[in-house]
Amino acid sequence: MLLAGGQGSRLYALTSKIAKPAVEFGAKYRIIDFPLSNCINSGIDTVGVMTQYEPLILNEYIGNGQPWDLDRAFGGVHILSPYQGKVKSSWFEGTANAIYQNLHFMRMYNPEYVLILSGDHIYKMDYSLMLKAHKESGAACTIACMPVPIEEASRFGVLNTNPDGSIYEFEEKPKKPKSNLASMGIYIFTADKLFEYLQRDEDNPESSKDFGKDILPAMLQAGEKMMSYQFTGYWKDVGTISSLWEANMDLLGETPAFDVGDDAWKIHSRNPLAPPEYIGDDAEVSDSMVALGCEIHGKVEHSVLASNVVIEKGAYVKDAVIMAGTVVKSGAKVEYSIVDEEVVIGENAVVGAPKESGLGLEEKGKGIAVIGRNTVVEAGATVAPGVIVDAMKKVK
Amino acid sequence: MTAVGVIFSSMHEENIPELSGHRTMASVPFGGRYRMIDFSLSNMVNAGITTVGLMTKTNYQSLIDHVGSGKEWDLARKDGGMVLLPPYVDENETVINTRLEALKGIVGFLGRCKQDYVVLSDCDGVARFNIQDVIAFHEQKGADITMVTHNQPVVKTHYYMTIKSDKEDRVTEIRINPPAKGKADVFVNLMVLHRDYLLDLVRNATTCGYTSFGRDILSRSVDTAKIYNYRFEGYYGGITSMAAYFKHNMELLDGNVRKELFGARDIYTKVKDSAPSEYGKDAKVANSLISDGCEIHGTVRNSILFRGVKVARGAVVENCILMQDNIVGEKARLNCVITDKNVVIRDRKVLSGCETLPYFIRKGMMI
Repeated sequence: MLLAGGQGSRLYALTSKIAKPAVEFGAKYRIIDFPLSNCINSGIDTVGVMTQYEPLILNEYIGNGQPWDLDRAFGGVHILSPYQGKVKSSWFEGTANAIYQNLHFMRMYNPEYVLILSGDHIYKMDYSLMLKAHKESGAACTIACMPVPIEEASRFGVLNTNPDGSIYEFEEKPKKPKSNLASMGIYIFTADKLFEYLQRDEDNPESSKDFGKDILPAMLQAGEKMMSYQFTGYWKDVGTISSLWEANMDLLGETPAFDVGDDAWKIHSRNPLAPPEYIGDDAEVSDSMVALGCEIHGKVEHSVLASNVVIEKGAYVKDAVIMAGTVVKSGAKVEYSIVDEEVVIGENAVVGAPKESGLGLEEKGKGIAVIGRNTVVEAGATVAPGVIVDAMKKVK
Repeated sequence: MTAVGVIFSSMHEENIPELSGHRTMASVPFGGRYRMIDFSLSNMVNAGITTVGLMTKTNYQSLIDHVGSGKEWDLARKDGGMVLLPPYVDENETVINTRLEALKGIVGFLGRCKQDYVVLSDCDGVARFNIQDVIAFHEQKGADITMVTHNQPVVKTHYYMTIKSDKEDRVTEIRINPPAKGKADVFVNLMVLHRDYLLDLVRNATTCGYTSFGRDILSRSVDTAKIYNYRFEGYYGGITSMAAYFKHNMELLDGNVRKELFGARDIYTKVKDSAPSEYGKDAKVANSLISDGCEIHGTVRNSILFRGVKVARGAVVENCILMQDNIVGEKARLNCVITDKNVVIRDRKVLSGCETLPYFIRKGMMI
C-alpha cells in the first residue's frame, strides 16, 4: 500500500500542480518509480496507490502499471482515490485513515502481510528480505530503519530498540532523541493485526489517524511484538528542495552515491518517446546525466538534464536539475537551481548563482533557486538564489 | 477509408549482409535507439492503421524480441493489432523467396481482414511517410496500385525499380535494375492497393505460375492496370548498401533531418528502461547522438552511440556507429568503424575505415 496522496508542501513550486510522488527525479524518473520498481523487483505484484492531492499527472503516469510489469490479470497496480460511501464520504485524513478507507481493497486480495510505503523516498530496497525477517520474528509489525547522525534524528520517527532488534519505544520527531535509528516510513504488518488496529484507531475520536503518531504507539502499548529492520543502503527522503537537489547530485560521479544504472535492480519507468540526445559541435558536457531527446549546444557541468531539454549555444548550466522539456536560451545562465518541466529561460537570463562551498543549503538568499513548471523567465530577467518562482508564471 | 498494413521484414537483406547475417532487415539497428522496422511500423500507426501483418522469413528471433506484443506501437489489441505471419509453405511449394510467394502465404489473413486497402511496406527505408496522404492520392486517382517513389540519383544495388510516369502521374514504365545513370523516381518499396484487387492479383498469379511481384505483375501490367506514382518529397534514407547505411545514420547529425524524422516525437520503439547516459568529468562529446545507458569518459565526435556503450578515458571515437553495449577501452582510437552489438575494443587498439568503406566489426567480437 503506497501512500501517494500527500501534498509535499515543502517542495513549494514543484508540487503546486502535481503530487509529490510524480515529481521528476534523476533525468528520466518520477519519484514513484522507486517504490514501484522496488515492489516488482521484490516480487510484490499487487499494489494499491492512494492518491488524493493533484492526482492528474500521477494517475496518468501510473496508468495501467505496464511500465513496472504491474498490469496483471490478478493483482497489479490499483489507483485508490477517496470515494463516496453510502454512509459517509470523506477525504483521506492522515496516513492510517487512508489505509483504513481501503480495507476492502486489501481484504479483496486476502493478504497475510501488508507492506506500507511512502511515495517520496529514493532508494533501492529488497522488501522480500524484510518480509522474511518479519515472518521469522513472528512480529505484528516490522519497521524499516536506518542509522542517521544523531543531530538529524529529531526530524524522523525514532526507534528505541532492545539488543535483539525489538522495539520498546517509538517517538515521532522527538526533541531529544534517545537513539539514532530513524524510521524510513516502511512498515510490514501481519494483516490481521493491521486490520484490528486500524479499526481501533478509527473508533478513537482522539486519534490523529497517523501511523507514526497513533497506530505504532498504540500497538506498542498493547504489548504487540514490534521489530526493527535495519537497512544499510542509500535512502533519501526527498521531501524538501535541498534534499531533492542533493539526491539528484548523488547520481553523478564515477562511483555515484546512488546508482540508477544497476542492471541487477532496474528502476522501471515510462520512457520518453524521443531520439537519442544530440550533443552539438560547440557543446561541452561533463560530470552530468542527460536523458533522451535533449539538444545541447551550450556548456553543462555537474547537472542532471531530463528528456527533451534544450540548452542553446552560449548557455551555461551548472549544479542544476533541469526537468523535461525545458529550454535554456542562448547566453542564459542557470546555476545551483531546480528548474521544473516545460520552463523557458530567456536569452541572457540569470537563474541562481554559483554554489558556494560550505554554505548551508537552506541559508536565506543563497540557497537553491527554484522555478515551477510552465513558467517563462523572460530574456535578461534575473531569478536570485534561494528564490522560488511558482508554476505558470512570467518573470520579467 | 480503412487500411491494413503488411510489413515484409526480410526483403533487401542482401544489401547489408554484414548486419543482416543473423537478423532480419526489419531488426537492423539504426539511429542510436531504433530498428529499421520502427519507421515502417510507426508510419502505419501514425496513419491510423491498427492491423499490421508482420511477414517473416528466416532468423526472425531478434525481430520478435523487438516487437513483442506490439504494445510500444499501441498494436497490442483484441481487434487487429500486430499479427505475426511466419512463413506458410504448403506441400507443393518450396521455401518462400519472393514478395509474391510471401503474399500467396497470407491470402487467408488478407481474406479475413475487413479493411478496404492494403499498405505493403518493406523495412529498408528511413522516412516519415504520410500514408494517409498516399491513400488519399490513391483514391483521388482511382488507382489500382499506387507506388511511392523518391527522386534520387540511381545507384546500382541488388534490386531496385525505377518508374516513369506521365503528367497525370500514371505510371508508363517500370524498369527493374536499369543501368545506373542520373536521377530517377526510385520505388521506395511502399505501395497501396485495394484489398480485393490485391487478392485477385495474387490468386491469378498462382494460376499463371508467376513468382515475382515486380517482374511478373507490376512491370507487365503498366498498360492494363491503373498504376500511379506518388512522389515522396521528404527525407528518404534507403539502406541499399553498407556505405548507404553509414551515410544515412550520419545524416541524423543534421538538425533538419532529425527535426523531420523525430520532431513530432512519434517514431516508436521498444524501451529497455536503461538509465540516462552519464558524461564523466573528462568527457568530450561533439556533434554526436548518444542513447540512454551510455557512459562516456573519453572523446566522441561525429558519431552515433547506441544504448549502453561505454567509452573509457583517453579513448577517441570519431565518425563511428557503435551499437548496443559496446565497450571501448582506454586510449583506443576508432575512426569510421561500425560495430555490431556487444563488441569489446581493448585498450589502445587503433581501428579505422573510411566513409565509403566503413570498417565493420561483427557482433560479440573482442578486439
